[in-house]
Amino acid sequence: MAEYFQPEIETMPRERLRELQLAAMKESMRNAYENVPLYRERFDAAGVSVDDLTSLDDLAKFPFVVKQDMRDAYPFGMFARPMSEVARIHASSGTTGQATVVGHSANDLKNWGDCFARGIAMVGGTKDSVIQVSYGYGLFTGGLGAHAGGEAMGCAVIPTSSGNTKRQVQMMKDCGTDILCCTPSYALLIADTAIEMGYDPATEFKISGGIFGAEPASENMRQEIADKLGLQYCDVYGLSEIMGPGVAMECVERGGLHIAEDQFYCEIIDPETLEVLPDGEWGELVITTLTREACPLVRYRTRDVTRIVSEPCACGRTHRKIDRLRGRTDDMLIIRGVNVFPSQIEQVITTFPEIATQYQIILTNEGPLDKVELRVETVPDFPIDEVRKLEDLKARLAAELKSNLQVNVQIKIVEPKSIERSEGKAKRIIDLRG
Amino acid sequence: MVDQLTVFLENRTGHLASLTRAISDSGFNMHALYLADTADFGVARILCDKPAEVKAMLVERGFRAALTAVVAVRLADEPGSLATLLEHCDAKGLNVEYAYCFLGDGDHAIDVLKFDDGAAEETLRAGGFTLVAAEEIYLP
Repeated sequence: MAEYFQPEIETMPRERLRELQLAAMKESMRNAYENVPLYRERFDAAGVSVDDLTSLDDLAKFPFVVKQDMRDAYPFGMFARPMSEVARIHASSGTTGQATVVGHSANDLKNWGDCFARGIAMVGGTKDSVIQVSYGYGLFTGGLGAHAGGEAMGCAVIPTSSGNTKRQVQMMKDCGTDILCCTPSYALLIADTAIEMGYDPATEFKISGGIFGAEPASENMRQEIADKLGLQYCDVYGLSEIMGPGVAMECVERGGLHIAEDQFYCEIIDPETLEVLPDGEWGELVITTLTREACPLVRYRTRDVTRIVSEPCACGRTHRKIDRLRGRTDDMLIIRGVNVFPSQIEQVITTFPEIATQYQIILTNEGPLDKVELRVETVPDFPIDEVRKLEDLKARLAAELKSNLQVNVQIKIVEPKSIERSEGKAKRIIDLRG
Repeated sequence: MVDQLTVFLENRTGHLASLTRAISDSGFNMHALYLADTADFGVARILCDKPAEVKAMLVERGFRAALTAVVAVRLADEPGSLATLLEHCDAKGLNVEYAYCFLGDGDHAIDVLKFDDGAAEETLRAGGFTLVAAEEIYLP
């Protein structure tokens, strides 16, 4: 069944892959040390040298870089190549501060295309496919990244970029688009627009695959997109500091996103202690680039929370996977030593149709013990007259949270007016721990 | 059937007062109030003159309120009348979820029963019991 884009790389035995990673890591870190002053200073200050890398685990001895380092280095302080060898420059939006600028060499762009093309193959794409790129083109990496993937595969690429949604639908129908690439929210808008225009894209359009990323999407939303457009949903992970979309992509087995491990080395760390965690444990994703020439990154802290899934995948690819992102480290709570993300609690709540979406978490402490209270409301038509049903709902919700979070949560069902509705971002967490 | 007003209440000091004040401030009158309580919440069951209007007013003010269909039976105010009623329910396989009583005018009591069976009212009427119509309770 499975067709791979680069079978020799994607199904490489793990031992060989690890050897290749170590060799590439040494070369990449040498590039960083020799050409970027920041790395030279940091490595020297930490008393580590590239020669200390005798195994992949030795990477843990090296210092991290964070987004702020890239802001401070604006514009070209992190470049390891002269402008004559830089083929393209992308930049992050800078909505939360100084923009970050990332350079790509010609090889970097080729590798990027290869990474993304692997995802095209994951949704059944071949050189015969028509691929519509409805990500924005420009400084944002989505459009040109997907475009490069389509070209690497040899697809017919339709660079619609984002916007003018009715025309998107018309192109999709008339050109027989097989694969759509865009953000999940835009995919849903395209699907709804097609339906409003009188089409049933799931049955009337040729489309069979979609590669969606750059923003979070709930499981319900993914299912809705897949159903409305009638396609296999591929989640794509990437970030402009590292490359762009294609760092990891989701195969048909849907048990996580295969990291392009020949190009990126991923670690999961505890964001508090900064210790490397074993595979399977949730924490902050840290990425070291293995092949990037223009802007190599060593132990870049993404702030994204996930875990590494190392079990063999039925699709035959040997590259390990990252799980669906659980949130950002900034949102993390530490409760009795356990890392808990509000998104986990939200996920459990959404499986209870009796509970309204408003909720609030109150953290207090009784002596050394943290106490967690979750305040929820029932939906308006819940039979509040039946005390047993209310008690039963509390018990089931508490049991479900306990099994998901490994933390005891006291459930308090409250009246609608008890949880403050704010106009902007709702205040979900109230931490009263002294 | 009689529409009973059910209001979910968090356990907070003065909260029942705020509920009853909200009802009276809006010009409504209560005939009976029965409170079920658990460790951290209570459920107030109320018979009042205009249950649908009171419910809308409470929801508007941020309460979680609902209407619940209950059966009201008029019984003689004498020993054994409630026992007779409940024995009849048992004999007919009617399961009582909860019940409460209050004295009506004169020499009778009104028993309010919540069944999980929609046909309960018909079964009791056929058994010769006097059911109280909604209007009799709602009238001011």
